[in-house]
Amino acid sequence: MTELNLELNKNTTGRYGEYGGQYIPETLMNQLDLMTKAYEHYKNDPEFKTELHDLLVDYANRPSLLYYAKRMTEDLGGAQIYLKREDLNHTGAHKINNVIGQALLAKHMGKTRLIAETGAGQHGVATATIAALFGMECEVFMGKEDTDRQKLNVYRMELLGAKVHPVTSGSMVLKDAINAALQEWATRVDDTFYVMGSATGPHPYPLMVRDFQSIISQESKSQLKEQTGKLPDMVVACVGGGSNAIGSFANYIDEPSVQLVGAEAAGKGVDTDLTAATVERGSEGIFHGMKSMFLQNKTGQINPVYSISAGLDYPGVGPEHAALAASGRAQYVGITDDEAVDAFEYIAKTEGIVAAIESCHAVAYVQKIAPKMRKDQIIVCTLSGRGDKDVASIAKYKGVNIDD
Amino acid sequence: MTSKLKPIFKDNKAFIPFVVTNDPDFESTVNNVVALAEGGADIVELGLPFSDPVADGPVIQAADIRALKADPDISTDTFFDIVEAIRKETQVPLVFLTYLNIPFQYGYEKFCARCEALGVDGLVIPDLPVEERGEIDPFAAKHGIDIIPLVTPTSASRIEKIVSKATGFIYVVSSLGVTGERSKFADDLSELVTRIRTVTDVPTAIGFGIHTPEQAAEMTGIADGAIVGSACVNLVAEYGNQAPQKLTDYTKQMKTAIAGQTSKA
Ligand SMILES: Cc1ncc(COP(=O)(O)O)c(C=O)c1O
Repeated sequence: MTELNLELNKNTTGRYGEYGGQYIPETLMNQLDLMTKAYEHYKNDPEFKTELHDLLVDYANRPSLLYYAKRMTEDLGGAQIYLKREDLNHTGAHKINNVIGQALLAKHMGKTRLIAETGAGQHGVATATIAALFGMECEVFMGKEDTDRQKLNVYRMELLGAKVHPVTSGSMVLKDAINAALQEWATRVDDTFYVMGSATGPHPYPLMVRDFQSIISQESKSQLKEQTGKLPDMVVACVGGGSNAIGSFANYIDEPSVQLVGAEAAGKGVDTDLTAATVERGSEGIFHGMKSMFLQNKTGQINPVYSISAGLDYPGVGPEHAALAASGRAQYVGITDDEAVDAFEYIAKTEGIVAAIESCHAVAYVQKIAPKMRKDQIIVCTLSGRGDKDVASIAKYKGVNIDD
Repeated sequence: MTSKLKPIFKDNKAFIPFVVTNDPDFESTVNNVVALAEGGADIVELGLPFSDPVADGPVIQAADIRALKADPDISTDTFFDIVEAIRKETQVPLVFLTYLNIPFQYGYEKFCARCEALGVDGLVIPDLPVEERGEIDPFAAKHGIDIIPLVTPTSASRIEKIVSKATGFIYVVSSLGVTGERSKFADDLSELVTRIRTVTDVPTAIGFGIHTPEQAAEMTGIADGAIVGSACVNLVAEYGNQAPQKLTDYTKQMKTAIAGQTSKA
């Protein structure tokens, strides 16, 4: 596997058009300045890059497969479907790519304690895992609603030695977990590094997360070239804050023939209040350190959001996605709970893959669009994670009791 | 631009209490601000309630939630209506504490114009570091509104950059973390204030955690003013329609405690 190219991204200003920036309390600004400088330094440091590479290969199991989904392709009868299998990474999701990068930076900055927010629990698990590997302290903030939805991941984090704080403020989901993690960080900055789980927040997070996740498209591009000699016609990924999507897009943004599609969580429907479809339903705002798109009311209060998926119910989206949407370079489509659950069952039965409910939002879009495309066209769909964590709640959604 | 706030600190240590707008309702906010003015508050800081106040501790978070629960779709126009009602009763200097998204949604120009018209002389914006001041600075300057910068014990080499742009006063954050009553402050507050004074003559006020008269006296021994949030918000939460009397008494107590302080920094 070739080393991750951390120089792909030429814009390192933290501004994506009018989006991005650093709208965060002063208490944290000095840390962000130090982090920005450290990242600019280490991303050019051969030793850092070798360490990163070795961890990605030897620990996280990269490169992940680019798998030709033959049965799905035949069944849908249109474009050829390739699945980028981030579900096969150690810890079962793309989150580990970013955590390895940030935690390695934290270590080089002399930090001894990692904190993180988590929604579905995948980012928390990845952070707890790397903290264990590096011998660092770890505390994870998770909305109370999500600790109930994702009990297995809570226990998994504790097993890995992390302390999990259920967050009971606000709507008790991902956004509230981020608030709590930011507050904890403001209380204790000296030894603590906040490992942000998505391509969101103040600069330099969206930049770093994008760079670390761009391994997804760096690999898929060369794997597809090897397997077919071609570029894909379309890349599809699910979007919560947008880290797996921006990583899936990064190496194709400058290839105008490749269509980029982000699948957002529409919950009960884009036109209902029970939705998390930020790009389609949201408006410009400033929150969680960034100027971007948010679901909010006219006064600027952030709305509670809803999705069956604990990893996608975030009221904002990373600033680079806001810019890609504004310029029209990428399209964002809403996928409902029902469509995602159908996709969960469909990909299990057709390909023998239990994929994360988050990822199934992308799969659902592929089910819709592939039949409308030509057979010589190619879709690369990112499976951001595996679905073991979701089996119990999908059973419940379907009215099946598997509790004892 | 001549600041309306700066002269307040000239021959007097300033006491700056804080309450949240619409906590628990429109009328109470007006009565509470009037009560603070009667007690002798030098400036009243009015918090605009926000759904996700990341710089605030549990007490102010709870106040924001109460304010929004009372009127979930409360508009920024209503915030200004409350100020207008206050202005019929008192001319006490006012500043807003607001997260940036609220003026951003309203429109910076319109927001600053309404502040000017109603005598809201300054804005404390916890999620607006010096790097992003360009967002709102031109509008604030045009309408004579001070953007009050925050300096924290972690600001380090950033201090010069922050305070060189300051007008009105400088909000010196007493310790790490979020707002809320405390018994201990950062050790190096005098150093912090001294360092600020080498760069600018804009006055300083210390906030975050102050609640007792002794603490207010100690802090105004270092800086030019003391800002008290959670303690006032607690009185509002605890005493309901008896809160105005409590707020007046408390303000008098705090004013007495800081009277005659001279800065040692
Ligand atoms: C498997 C999986 N996919 C996707 C996401 C959404 O995050 P992002 O949009 O940052 O990729 C999550 C978040 O928890 C996740 O666990």
